[in-house]
Amino acid sequence: MFKHRLLAAAAAVAGAVLAAAPGAADPLKVGFIYVGPIGDFGWTYEHDQGRLAVEAAHGDKVETTFVENVPEGGDSERVLTQMALSGHDLIFTTSFGYMDPTINVAAKFPDVKFEHATGYKRADNVSTYSARFYEGRAVIGHIAGKMTKTNTIGYIASYPIPEVIRGINAAYIHAKKVNPDVNFKIVWVFTWFDPAKEADAATTLIEQGADVIMQHTDSPAAMTIAEEKGVYAFGQASDMKQFGPNARLSSIIDDWAPYYVQRVADVLDGSWESIDTWHGIKEGMVEIGEFSDQIPADIQAEAQAISDAIVSGEYHTFTGPLNRQDGSPWLAEGETADDGTLLGMNFYVEGIEGSIPQ
Amino acid sequence: MLRLEPRLEASRTWAALTPVMAVAATMVAGAVMFALLGKDPLVAIRTIFWAPLFDPALAAYARPQILVKAAPLILIAIGLSLGFRANIWNIGAEGQYVMGAVAGGGAALAFYPLDAWWLFPFMLFCGLLGGLLWGLIPAFLKVTFRANEILVSLMLVYVAEQYLASVALGLLRNPDGAGFPGSRNLQTYESAHNAELIAGTGIHLGVVTAALAVVMVYALLRMHRTGFEIKLSGQSPRAARFAGVNQAVLTYFCLGTGGAFAGLAGIFELSGPSGQLSIDFNVGYGFTAIIVAFLGRLHPFGIVFAGLLMALTYIGGEMAQFMLNLPSAAIQAFQGMLLFFLLSMEFLTRYRIRIRRLERN
Repeated sequence: MFKHRLLAAAAAVAGAVLAAAPGAADPLKVGFIYVGPIGDFGWTYEHDQGRLAVEAAHGDKVETTFVENVPEGGDSERVLTQMALSGHDLIFTTSFGYMDPTINVAAKFPDVKFEHATGYKRADNVSTYSARFYEGRAVIGHIAGKMTKTNTIGYIASYPIPEVIRGINAAYIHAKKVNPDVNFKIVWVFTWFDPAKEADAATTLIEQGADVIMQHTDSPAAMTIAEEKGVYAFGQASDMKQFGPNARLSSIIDDWAPYYVQRVADVLDGSWESIDTWHGIKEGMVEIGEFSDQIPADIQAEAQAISDAIVSGEYHTFTGPLNRQDGSPWLAEGETADDGTLLGMNFYVEGIEGSIPQ
Repeated sequence: MLRLEPRLEASRTWAALTPVMAVAATMVAGAVMFALLGKDPLVAIRTIFWAPLFDPALAAYARPQILVKAAPLILIAIGLSLGFRANIWNIGAEGQYVMGAVAGGGAALAFYPLDAWWLFPFMLFCGLLGGLLWGLIPAFLKVTFRANEILVSLMLVYVAEQYLASVALGLLRNPDGAGFPGSRNLQTYESAHNAELIAGTGIHLGVVTAALAVVMVYALLRMHRTGFEIKLSGQSPRAARFAGVNQAVLTYFCLGTGGAFAGLAGIFELSGPSGQLSIDFNVGYGFTAIIVAFLGRLHPFGIVFAGLLMALTYIGGEMAQFMLNLPSAAIQAFQGMLLFFLLSMEFLTRYRIRIRRLERN
């Protein structure tokens, strides 16, 4: 009984407080759901930076909210439904596994607009967007190939999905180009965010002789291990410099802010449409973090040249001649990969050892 | 000085009072934490406990969702409680949950895209069987080799997770999935879809099954000889031996039932709210259910209450995140406080605190 009274009293007070809030022109309500915590200093952190940019750019015209650590699957569908019910006008769903839940909820709320990151299913009120992270992998692959002394590069991979496989291939091709003896050791951890597993993977790779670590997971755990063991690593999704001031050579930074600010502006002025966006270094969605002084000037210049050539369109990350792992030809001399193949990429290029888990 | 004195019999008054006191203590401690985070503590606590039940915009959706979220927790916890009462410790419900989903989902997908009435019950049966067999492995090893079931059942969780990853990437991978891992979505496979029973509520057969399981276990413990044997083994293993309780049979029964219920929870979740067998299909229901079982004091109705309370704080916690911008870590800490206070106050049902003067020798 006491419990109920206390609850009722709390409710009454709270209700009064909420009711007294000023009812100015309704701001556009923009929600975000995140697969990790905003303090992961990687993937989710950068999406949240995008959210803050939306607030900074649109001020009183928007109100933003977020829910973090939402598991993919049934839980995300419930969170999305609750967000739609509570008056959100635009919702960014920032992990691949939110794809089916996003489509399901979007079908029930045709007036709410959804933006799903890294997926391939769209609807009238569902857009998709992703970044060409593999362009960044070309640049850091080049640096890694030049910087390794043991000729062994350790790669912490999350899930065997096309985005991750593209990254491995892009990095390998460009490391191999400058260092024919290079060898990739790949560990699949089956998680986006699990600092303990990521750290274990980094330790294992270093013990197996890797002196450069690359990762496609969200936390800076591998970076801290690299710093501790005195090997090199690259920031992933976020710069991660503070976690490995000596270890970090460069980084691939996801900058979602311009896209998020633009999409919110589109909703505000009524021009929002369902589209598919796949931006790279050129549009600024992928950024190459500042080069460390540890990288000799000539290698810095070469890496910058690759980045510049990608921006100008002179160079494509996947330019033939390239063969598949089994030796069968993929791209002929001078031929470049089409987006369709890249989006569904499920094979390694020639030279990578091991197999994709399946 | 303060002295702790064991009570001869657990206090009934305290047993009834502790949940209320624990919730009150959680609210006070939680209020302090929320205030330190710069949020209005009253609003925060109101949002977590009250918004899912009474918020005008959200309650109609959230109320049945509490049942949907609680159902797997209750179904697994009720199965585990049998073993826990008999000192048989199944820590691996998460693995049995996974194997139920894999076996049931695999059975259904093997017949894709068959349209037949028997497919759904067949899928559920296979799900039950998957969990049952996975639960019987630690039982067999315990009975035959005296292997510790805590370790074996826990280790089998990791085996099950690896197997899940393997089938999500290979055997059961959706051939039309554009190169991505994960099975076909059972929500789009009509004869295997565990659809909602009442439109708009999300309530599926798993919720009904959880309720039935609670009643069944209650009846078993109250009226059946096996229930008596379980309670006796837990309270006094020696007495149980003298009474002719067959420990081997009891071990198979408890671990098997726990596994079967967890397997059922897995297949209901897979064919309903989740839909797809992906690498990280399991989100920890099997482990949370252990907490639910103890929170409910291993009593069937206590487990229902505990499961609903956990589900309420999950859903209320999500609302507090997007309504008040509370971090999810604060919600988890709040849930942790609830468990901490409940378990620590349970102490008072078994011990009394006495103030006594020091005596001289």
